[in-house]
Amino acid sequence: MGFLDTLLGRTKPVQPKLDDLFALPSAAVTLDAGAGFKPTGSGSVCFRPVEGRSFSDVQKDVTELLDVSSGKEGGLPVEVTKDSYGFNWLVSSRMSDELDALVTDLHAVNSSLVDNGFGPQLLCTLVAFKDDQERRLALVYLFKRGTFYPFAPLSGERRDNALELQVKGVIGDDLKFEPDLARWFPVWGAPGL
Amino acid sequence: MAARTRYAPDRGLTVRMTATMFLLGLVFVAFVAAIIGIGTAYHASDAAIVLFAVVLGGGFAIGSLFYSDKIALRTAGAREVTPQEAPELHGIVDRLCALADMPKPRVAIANSNMPNAFATGRNADNSVLCVTTGLMAKLNPDELEGVIAHEMSHVAHKDVQVMTAASFLAIIAALLIRVAFYGELFGGGGRGRGRGGGQNAALIMFALMAVSIVVYAVSFVLIRMLSRYRELSADRSGALLTGQPSALKSALIKVSGDMARIPTQDLRTAQPMNAFFFAPAMHLAPKGSLAAMFSTHPSLERRLAELDKVQQQLNRAG
Repeated sequence: MGFLDTLLGRTKPVQPKLDDLFALPSAAVTLDAGAGFKPTGSGSVCFRPVEGRSFSDVQKDVTELLDVSSGKEGGLPVEVTKDSYGFNWLVSSRMSDELDALVTDLHAVNSSLVDNGFGPQLLCTLVAFKDDQERRLALVYLFKRGTFYPFAPLSGERRDNALELQVKGVIGDDLKFEPDLARWFPVWGAPGL
Repeated sequence: MAARTRYAPDRGLTVRMTATMFLLGLVFVAFVAAIIGIGTAYHASDAAIVLFAVVLGGGFAIGSLFYSDKIALRTAGAREVTPQEAPELHGIVDRLCALADMPKPRVAIANSNMPNAFATGRNADNSVLCVTTGLMAKLNPDELEGVIAHEMSHVAHKDVQVMTAASFLAIIAALLIRVAFYGELFGGGGRGRGRGGGQNAALIMFALMAVSIVVYAVSFVLIRMLSRYRELSADRSGALLTGQPSALKSALIKVSGDMARIPTQDLRTAQPMNAFFFAPAMHLAPKGSLAAMFSTHPSLERRLAELDKVQQQLNRAG
């Protein structure tokens, strides 16, 4: 924020960075080879809904669009859920080997929100992984930072920090990880995880 | 680009804020000119007094800025909480920080029935956000989020720094009034009899005091005006951030409705903190009255009207 903005008490809404999302499929291969985590096929986009008709129209259009594209390929319909913080989650479920299609789905949601001027409302995108011992892991993409971080929830709102750091080490340079650990905020009970 | 129009800045507010700050700057220049004028007119060295006031006032301002978080927490009787102690509150703050791409402030809770919140700190990395238990009890999660977004906008706008800088002039003027007053009482008279320049010294002190009083009064009104504009822009940015102006509106109505019924017991301890509060603890003044001019926060009607504008802006067809 510039000096003038400070003086005038303005904040410019932060526009999301979308492109880095496409680094996910190749990172998933590295993750499988290094730590044994495979994609579950579900992923979600989290955004803060705006009150009023024009946002709900956009949301409806996106859901319909994704339903049509996944329906053609025999996929499950897209789900919209609202969490206890008032954020909406749009969950797309694909087959576990369709990570490319999933990322394309998620990107379609993001770009249509951005195209309609609701880019600042995007919070994060989450892609779920699982290993043989049924441990859950998510790679979370922060739109405003354009960075990823791992999130491994345990029961009772605890997180497996060791696993998260391990995942970061395994994937390494394949993804742009969030360097500031204070911004690895937890998403408890995120749909699709 | 569609995004740009939907989140356009409020030009009217910008103009008014600029005008207020311009006037404050003008008062500052006039003040300095008057002091130099007094000095040269009487061939006196009142520089020492002025320098003393500037150093003392500057020290006071910088000190209060530097320790603002600690002072505020102690005044409010608040205590920092960990994510384990207050998971919902931390969750709201986490998400808003990620949405706004700003560092997470420390989170504190004050044990008070008065529904209120404030954010302070010398910069974004050292800021602390505090809500009262009363606020958490009275508001639903959406409304609480609206209030927290408002407070985080204060942090993003660096309001503590800006208001400290704006108050600097008033602090110096207030110090000079005191110095000149005591100078006239003791120093001026006594020294005068001895050296025969008593009338001159007394006149200097009197002129200094008169100028300082005028500067203090004018800058006080301007600072309050600036404070109200900054509240409005924090409302605006907060509502744009959450996308839910109505949640903030209903929080405002709930909080200020309750304010009037709160017993006065906590008022004395709460008063110095008013400038950083979400809604001031004192009874909201009716619009257009003298009290409204001195108020740190805009009237409820004004805040609701501004939020209506945000609502329309967000809902405009993209």
